[in-house]
Amino acid sequence: MPAIEQTVEELVQESYQHGFVTDIESDTFPPGLSEETIRHISAKKSEPAWMLENRLKAYHRWLTMVDPEWAHVEYPEIDFQDISYYSAPKQNQGAKSLDEIDPQLLDAYNKLGIPLDEQKALSGIAVDAVFDSVSVATTFRQNLADAGVIFCPISEAIQEYPELIQQYLGTVVPYTDNFYASLNAAVFTDGTFVYIPKGVKCPMELSTYFRINEAKTGQFERTLIIAEEGSSVSYLEGCTAPMRDENQLHAAVVELIAMDDASIKYSTVQNWYPGDENGKGGIYNFVTKRGDCRGDRSHISWTQVETGSAITWKYPSCILKGDDSVGEFYSVAVTRGMQQADTGTKMVHIGKNTTSTIVSKGISAARGQNTYRGLVRIGQKAENARNHSQCDSLLIGDKCGAHTFPYLEVRNPTAQVEHEATTSKISEDQLFYCRQRGLSEENAISMIVNGFCKEVFNELPMEFAVEAQKLLNITLEGAVG
Amino acid sequence: MNQMKTNSMLSIKSLTVDVEGKTILHGLNLEIGKGEVHAIMGPNGSGKSTLSHTLSGRDGYQVTAGEALLDGEDLLSLETEERAHRGVFLAMQYPVELPGVNNMTFMRESLNANRRARGEEELDAVSFIKLVRAKASEVKLDPKLLKRDVNSGFSGGEKKRNEILQMAVLEPKLAILDETDSGLDIDALKIVADGVNALRRKDRSVLLITHYQRLLDYIVPDHVHVLANGKIVRSGDKSLALELEDKGYGWIEQLPETAAGASA
Ligand SMILES: Nc1ncnc2c1ncn2[C@@H]1O[C@H](COP(=O)(O)OP(=O)(O)O)[C@@H](O)[C@H]1O
Ligand SMILES: [Mg+2]
Repeated sequence: MPAIEQTVEELVQESYQHGFVTDIESDTFPPGLSEETIRHISAKKSEPAWMLENRLKAYHRWLTMVDPEWAHVEYPEIDFQDISYYSAPKQNQGAKSLDEIDPQLLDAYNKLGIPLDEQKALSGIAVDAVFDSVSVATTFRQNLADAGVIFCPISEAIQEYPELIQQYLGTVVPYTDNFYASLNAAVFTDGTFVYIPKGVKCPMELSTYFRINEAKTGQFERTLIIAEEGSSVSYLEGCTAPMRDENQLHAAVVELIAMDDASIKYSTVQNWYPGDENGKGGIYNFVTKRGDCRGDRSHISWTQVETGSAITWKYPSCILKGDDSVGEFYSVAVTRGMQQADTGTKMVHIGKNTTSTIVSKGISAARGQNTYRGLVRIGQKAENARNHSQCDSLLIGDKCGAHTFPYLEVRNPTAQVEHEATTSKISEDQLFYCRQRGLSEENAISMIVNGFCKEVFNELPMEFAVEAQKLLNITLEGAVG
Repeated sequence: MNQMKTNSMLSIKSLTVDVEGKTILHGLNLEIGKGEVHAIMGPNGSGKSTLSHTLSGRDGYQVTAGEALLDGEDLLSLETEERAHRGVFLAMQYPVELPGVNNMTFMRESLNANRRARGEEELDAVSFIKLVRAKASEVKLDPKLLKRDVNSGFSGGEKKRNEILQMAVLEPKLAILDETDSGLDIDALKIVADGVNALRRKDRSVLLITHYQRLLDYIVPDHVHVLANGKIVRSGDKSLALELEDKGYGWIEQLPETAAGASA
């Protein structure tokens, strides 16, 4: 099938759009990880003693653990002593307003299409900008504070709201959870904290934009979102990194907590540098994301569009504790070049009448490997729990792969669980049909792929759905001449 | 020399085509004038679909000799979509399903891709919906099918009518219908015929590929050709189709090649 082969070749060669490096003076730790490193991070952040203790506990736990091997991904052993655990732009330290921020940083975010100047920002969207290990700016904080919403870097929340942090941090993803979660608990440097008080509907979309810039640094961010009774919030994260030949590690932990009648919608557009066509370089994206539907009738929804990273390893999950709580997972994961993705979700039904929905769309092109791994667990007391899972794979070309591993554990006979899975290919027939009607091959592929992802894109906030669609088109664009 | 008639829409000379190393069309000649409807009949495997795919530029059809001109322009050096932009439309023998792609969106994108390529203005969503609704009612396609995914789960007849609808929307210069009539009941057949007849104009031409003459009761062709073993072996008027119906295809395969279009 010559036309498809050709397109795949072109897909492979398509370059990454956010691969620039910002040349900025930074305060970077030498590579290496020890108790000393952790004390150093904690001191940099002027953290209270309890926080340092938490970190050290996690570190000692991590030392006893091994890198997990069960995922369907392959990579050389990571040398944790060869990574720098802290890097921050020098100029920025202590910046209180945009005027005090290094213009090169502002410029970097402008280039990424995320203006930090509130006048120029997308209307209705507040941004926390995390550059390597620190948050460099958070917009619209005042507007949000007026509504009682806390939206700030987590390092600041540790100082300003220690009671909330001590009460909630690590209660959804404990420091013992898994290898990368323990590492994160020991070394995390920044991230976003969101607190929506009782009954408040957050007046703006909140977002965090993660940028890795410095070479040889890991990014370990931590996000904590708490939605009190009857509140609601929609949050989005975006991620990019420069093109570098070495692999870089991104090991984040995200915790969501929804109380009675609260709702959290968490969307991700992940576009980390995926490495070149031979698999050189790119980000290792090893992430633990979990939402706790703690309250009755609470609702947590994960939507992710994953187009980047050399390796993605993440399973945004929902613990459905509250009666009548609802968990959702909508995912598009694209792998091309030599990218590998092992992603999916866990839906753990504990409360009565809990409902979960899983819609996963995997797209593989070139030599990409795409794995869906999902667990649906219905506990003994989860009367009338319901789950519907739909896992679809689309293959472009014939050197790529799609794999589906649905796990199901049902301990209550009243459960209703449905699983559907399909695998399809963009065929020569389909491309010919579209081109015969006058569409270019690129348009045809993009139309078929977008059609395939429709259900997931529909879940994204409007502006981001458009962004995600564009990103997908760029990702799959072939330079058909 | 290629002395072209000024009213030539499609001029095929000595067209030889290989598929997977095997020669399927052996020096085929065919002249279609503007405004004319030509029917090509022939037994299964004689090369009818090979001709339709070659003309519309499908990959895998290797032209080893000969030429094909559309309105005087070399067709064979153009990309598939460029041929579409020039006004070549193929109603396929086996229409393809496009899951997830809305039928209406597909037609609008197609029409606008053609308009852009021709330097015409794109049609906005509202005007397009009006246009497509009108055309759908002409070809008696259930408007519900406009909201569905392209051909996904359509019945055989619905797929064929959807092809005719696309043809009506795109208004091609040269419409090639590859056995659009096969497997249709008589009512569906009439709808297809009406669609083609509605398209007939002095600056448009139609190449009707059919296995049976019954379609020709509803679309009266200007010329009928018989294809056998990759060549046109006989050309004539509508009476040739009736003769074939009578005698079957067996005797045709013995015939020597005739100069197609010579009888025009
Ligand atoms: N893709 C293909 N690969 C190999 N042989 C083919 C292919 N397409 C057509 N052929 C062969 O070419 C000949 C003509 O086929 P086709 O053009 O489909 O005939 P018709 O449409 O008249 O039934 C047949 O012998 C068929 O087997
Ligand atoms: Mg055929």
